[in-house]
Amino acid sequence: MRYFSPLMGLIFSLAFSTASLADDIKVAVTTSFHNSGLSDILLPEIKKDLGLDVHLLVVGTGQALKLGRAGDVDAILVHSRNAEDTFVAEGYGTHRREIMYNDFVIIGPGSDPAGISTAEKANEALAKIADAEAIFVSRGDDSGTHRKETALWQTAGQNPEGFDVSWYREAGAGMGATLNTAVGMDAYVISDRASWLKFKNKGDSKILFSGDPVLFNQYAYLPISKEKHAHTKDELALQLEEWLVSKKAQDIIGSYTIGGETLFTPNANASGGT
Amino acid sequence: MVASILPLTLTDATVRKGGKTIIGPMSETIGPSGFTIFMGPNGSGKTTLLRLMHGLEHPRGGSVTWQLPAAQARMKQAFVFQTPVMMRRTVVENIAYPLRVRGEAKNWAYAEAARWADIIGLGNALEQNAEVLSGGEKQKLAVARALIVQPEVLFLDEPTANLDGKATREIEGILLAAQADGVRILMATHHLGQARRLASDIIFLYQGQVHERAAAEEFFNTPRTPESKSFLSGDIVE
Amino acid sequence: MRDLWQGMIEAFWLIASFNADLYEIVLRSLQVTVTAVIIASAIALPLGAALAVNRFRYRRATISLLNALMGLPPVVVGLFVYILLSRSGPFGVLGLLFTPTAMIIAQIIIITPLIASIAHQAIRDLWASYHDLLISMNTTKWQRMRTLIWDARRSLITASLAGFGRAIGEVGAIMIVGGNIDHLTRVLTTAIALETGKGDFSLALGLGFILIALAIAVNMAIHAISRTERASTW
Repeated sequence: MRYFSPLMGLIFSLAFSTASLADDIKVAVTTSFHNSGLSDILLPEIKKDLGLDVHLLVVGTGQALKLGRAGDVDAILVHSRNAEDTFVAEGYGTHRREIMYNDFVIIGPGSDPAGISTAEKANEALAKIADAEAIFVSRGDDSGTHRKETALWQTAGQNPEGFDVSWYREAGAGMGATLNTAVGMDAYVISDRASWLKFKNKGDSKILFSGDPVLFNQYAYLPISKEKHAHTKDELALQLEEWLVSKKAQDIIGSYTIGGETLFTPNANASGGT
Repeated sequence: MVASILPLTLTDATVRKGGKTIIGPMSETIGPSGFTIFMGPNGSGKTTLLRLMHGLEHPRGGSVTWQLPAAQARMKQAFVFQTPVMMRRTVVENIAYPLRVRGEAKNWAYAEAARWADIIGLGNALEQNAEVLSGGEKQKLAVARALIVQPEVLFLDEPTANLDGKATREIEGILLAAQADGVRILMATHHLGQARRLASDIIFLYQGQVHERAAAEEFFNTPRTPESKSFLSGDIVE
Repeated sequence: MRDLWQGMIEAFWLIASFNADLYEIVLRSLQVTVTAVIIASAIALPLGAALAVNRFRYRRATISLLNALMGLPPVVVGLFVYILLSRSGPFGVLGLLFTPTAMIIAQIIIITPLIASIAHQAIRDLWASYHDLLISMNTTKWQRMRTLIWDARRSLITASLAGFGRAIGEVGAIMIVGGNIDHLTRVLTTAIALETGKGDFSLALGLGFILIALAIAVNMAIHAISRTERASTW
């Protein structure tokens, strides 16, 4: 028992040193946005211009919306239009503001057993995969990317729920883990371009199809409503929004490249909010 | 001297284990002075009787009564087991432990413990781990740890059964000195020579009953029962 | 295999170059887990002693419950703590979600049953040998527990270190309640999960090697301290 008081001192010093003093807000963002590396460029600029520490919670769109509903974050940056509209309609978000878009690509083994690289349209490429029953790995985690994939299958006249597990595999994981799985299985997979370009374990897989406008992926920023959650830092969330749509931020987004490829197209001022 | 806990009275005291009667029913009185030795063949109930008196066993029937309530009476007793229990501590911490749990100041308790360590010849081993002592040293430590609280009654359960002659003689010396200081000693032994050297009176147990009780000289010279006669002559008593 | 070598080289360079981010997450890992182990031990060691010394009505049930809780998946603990600490949960007003404190709470829940269970075993064995002596000396229950905890401290340090090992390597629960926020709640394990997700296996492995080295270093340090503290006792 002689160590009792020094131990208590240690506990208290450890517990209280975790408190943070600067202005900070919590934003739930999607894995695809974070994996692109763009946040590593944006956050220091935000800190410089606004003196604001933005803490990113990197999760799937489904979990981001959930965190927003629970009031555990101050804003969300996601890409799933229908879910976002519902979110605003239910009053959890004050509004949605479009920031930028990137695009999805279809990745597969270099040998391209389903021959999708010659396809004209995204739905045609997917139909070829389904016909060949070539192995395809789905996110299967109710994320924005997963919802997008499901919608694309439907435009190809297919219903993923009826697919056989012998070739259609739901990873139930984030983009990175899903890509790891797909590369390991020599499977086809749909990913946002940024995540793929940043991904370091490519094996001999590569982008086999891209460019169809249906693959464009709009990111929107939604501050959480103070009416639902009084503790929300709504003023800081609005400041952040104004910064994201400013010319400076939009220029940074537009000029961000990986290996010479532009990843995001800023469109905040083209579309505006709803 | 504050109120004595003696005499101890057993009234129809019974101990049963696994459906077998180990002790009793027994009615005896243990008076205020002397060095009483409990003898008897293995399985006659010596250990259980000492534990019953000290409160480590609970009577199934009857009662064990001290002159003070049990909890207060226990504070004036100490018990030395056949196999000494060494706490995972140093020699001085082991001896001082009973004083510390009684709330005595640490400095005083350790000074007393050091004094007792000198008496038992462990004065140079105060900071040694008690678990690595020899068998004889451990038992001497256990006796010192019992006597440090200045008990009115000291129980010992065959304390020298596993020891060599030298350690046995040292422990007997400590016990005689304690008796001279007025400690009431109740000890079990199966060692006849030891009983002759130490006992003022003998309680001979047989099948869980007091079979014979007498002054030491009388018991050794004129045993009254066939069992005590054959026990004293070295025969097997069943 | 190539990734394994890459990982070792990566670990070496991260350490040798005094990478500030690395030292930050290593320190945070230690801060969170050491705090959790100290608090969990403060609960679990007396609990283990109480279970060994006392005979109460639901003792068996409590021991069974402890053993069952040891097998609880950390993710479930994480979800449980998340629901409690969420702004819409009962303790939401405290604003603890996505802080190191939330991670500490989750780790305490995960390792307390483990430490208590190991402590109970160790103290039960010691109690078997001390039982008659301590009863004979008329000790109170509280004194018995204190004595047993102190005298069994070697085994109890091992129990706490087992808790440390489980907590420092845990990722599922602290990912949920901590959120893996850079410079706020990112620790070694969540960083490893993140780098694995990015397909950067060598960096993830490098961090893994550092995690193992850290666990070994803490174990050796604790054993060294407890040995020099009382060279004569054991």
